[in-house]
Amino acid sequence: MGYCYKTQDLQQVFSALTETYDLYAPRLFPNKGAFSDTDLVRYDRITSPEEIVLDRKSRFSPKEVLLPISQTLFYFTEDKVTEPNPPKKDAVIFLRSCDLHAIRRLDYMYLENGPEDSYYRQLRDHVKFALLGCSSCFDSCFCVDMGTNKNTDYDFSLDLTGDTWKIDVKWQEQEELFRKYAVSQETVSPAFVTETKTRVHIPENLTAKAAKSSVWKEYDSRCINCGRCNFSCPTCTCFTMQDLFYTDNGKVGERRRVWASCMVDGYTDVAGGGSYRKTNGERMRFKVMHKALDFKQRAGYQMCVGCGRCDDVCPEYISFSHCLNRLSDAMKEVEDL
Amino acid sequence: MIKNEYIPFRSEIKEVIRHTAIEYTFRMEYTGDVKPGQFFEVSIPKYGEAPISVSGIGDGCIDLTIRRVGKVTNEVFEQYEGDTLLLRGPYGNGFDLENYKDKELVIVAGGTGVSPVRGVIDYFARNPGAAKSVTVIAGFKTPDDILFRRDLKLWEENLNLILTVDSREGDKSYREGLVTAYIPDLEFGNMDDACAIVVGPPAMMRFSTMALMDRGLKEEQIWISQERKMCCGLGKCGHCKINDVYVCLDGPVFNFTKGRQLLD
Repeated sequence: MGYCYKTQDLQQVFSALTETYDLYAPRLFPNKGAFSDTDLVRYDRITSPEEIVLDRKSRFSPKEVLLPISQTLFYFTEDKVTEPNPPKKDAVIFLRSCDLHAIRRLDYMYLENGPEDSYYRQLRDHVKFALLGCSSCFDSCFCVDMGTNKNTDYDFSLDLTGDTWKIDVKWQEQEELFRKYAVSQETVSPAFVTETKTRVHIPENLTAKAAKSSVWKEYDSRCINCGRCNFSCPTCTCFTMQDLFYTDNGKVGERRRVWASCMVDGYTDVAGGGSYRKTNGERMRFKVMHKALDFKQRAGYQMCVGCGRCDDVCPEYISFSHCLNRLSDAMKEVEDL
Repeated sequence: MIKNEYIPFRSEIKEVIRHTAIEYTFRMEYTGDVKPGQFFEVSIPKYGEAPISVSGIGDGCIDLTIRRVGKVTNEVFEQYEGDTLLLRGPYGNGFDLENYKDKELVIVAGGTGVSPVRGVIDYFARNPGAAKSVTVIAGFKTPDDILFRRDLKLWEENLNLILTVDSREGDKSYREGLVTAYIPDLEFGNMDDACAIVVGPPAMMRFSTMALMDRGLKEEQIWISQERKMCCGLGKCGHCKINDVYVCLDGPVFNFTKGRQLLD
């Protein structure tokens, strides 16, 4: 059912929700950007609808709610291993269509690829999704070509039209709450874009052979393997295990997992000094082929959701979407190999 | 409640077998299904985890042959009989012995690459007749680097063992040369029954598989086992991914029809 609110009415809904839920949304951090006098938009807890940043894209994706950057798996205390307590509150994540599609990719990796991951499951079962409608796209978005511009898999949606918030509620348990503070009722369907400025074409005939193309060599010198693309990506899921012991008591510590990047040195290092993919071009190829082919071969759908964040954050102005558009040429080049 | 796959269990070190200065086999207490070529994540709190392949399977125990080359394995070498290590696993597909029964099997292994296939070699050495013939070409750097010396007698008696070192350092009792040098002279009764397992460093695997194919073996008659960084063993951490496979889930053992296409 669809409802309309003025900000102060919606605040009542938010206040009621925050009693049992942590609300996560893109929030503004003034002067916290990568460069001086620039702002940062990233996910954090909010308490009011006005805090949600709607006119800018968040630099990081909402994945960090489900996959914390650093997550303690368990604590060591001499002979005992103790699991950390789950979060006290459930969560509502406000996210756009592409990012909600990305959650499906996280689900595949953590719930379907191999045995279920209990840490992910524990958080996932306690998360609700609020879809932020997109009335227009940002410059680097290419969701339409990736088929991720629409999403109906939300618990409620949120669109701001003028000074009216419009919400479509599918969340039966909370329907009463949404109804209670609504100014009016009407059929609401979240806005979505049907065209984007950035266009992407992944060739149908793409195969692993594209790895042999000379396209990748260019990235050897352009890429500085900083890994920003991976960390801003809503679908990158890799991590590395770390053991950590406390300096005050060396007998006590924890094992945790932290985000890892396939672009950064050390990702493939095996004990004894061996490593694979030493050049940045090889790493770029590995990442692009994963997003555009390998994942699809396993899961049946594309991994990349076209959010364009990797293009926004690259300090070398390397464009992932442009690279995808070069795959047709890459395939032509290796046709006869 | 879903099982937490990351919590290790404690396993007692039953015996430590010293092969070389930096390679020991730790015989660990373990009961459960396990196949040669599978691996365990071995850990010591504070130092982290390392994937180690199963080099032997016994009654209530498994062997883990560990090379002292990293942060975790350095620390493992400080542990002795009666001490414990933390384990989780087994992970990976391992070798399916059925693929090699009644076949003319050739195993080419280099250095610590012998560990994952030791269970296979051991099975055929203890069950003569299970395969039509078994030839093991095992290569090490020098005589001092030879692993599993205790097994060599049993292997020599029951199968065709070709032990070779890259450099014999003056000791004439060893054959000198690369494992690939022995592939052209292999004798096969019926090429349809031929099959091979190749495990070792990347260059050795590349040249050995090439030499085997020159001998007329088809891709589907060859199996390889891959070594990669594996943080989780559960298809999650991503480090071991090559093309569309996760070495920890789909491997580490690959039929060469697939293994040949994998490009890091």
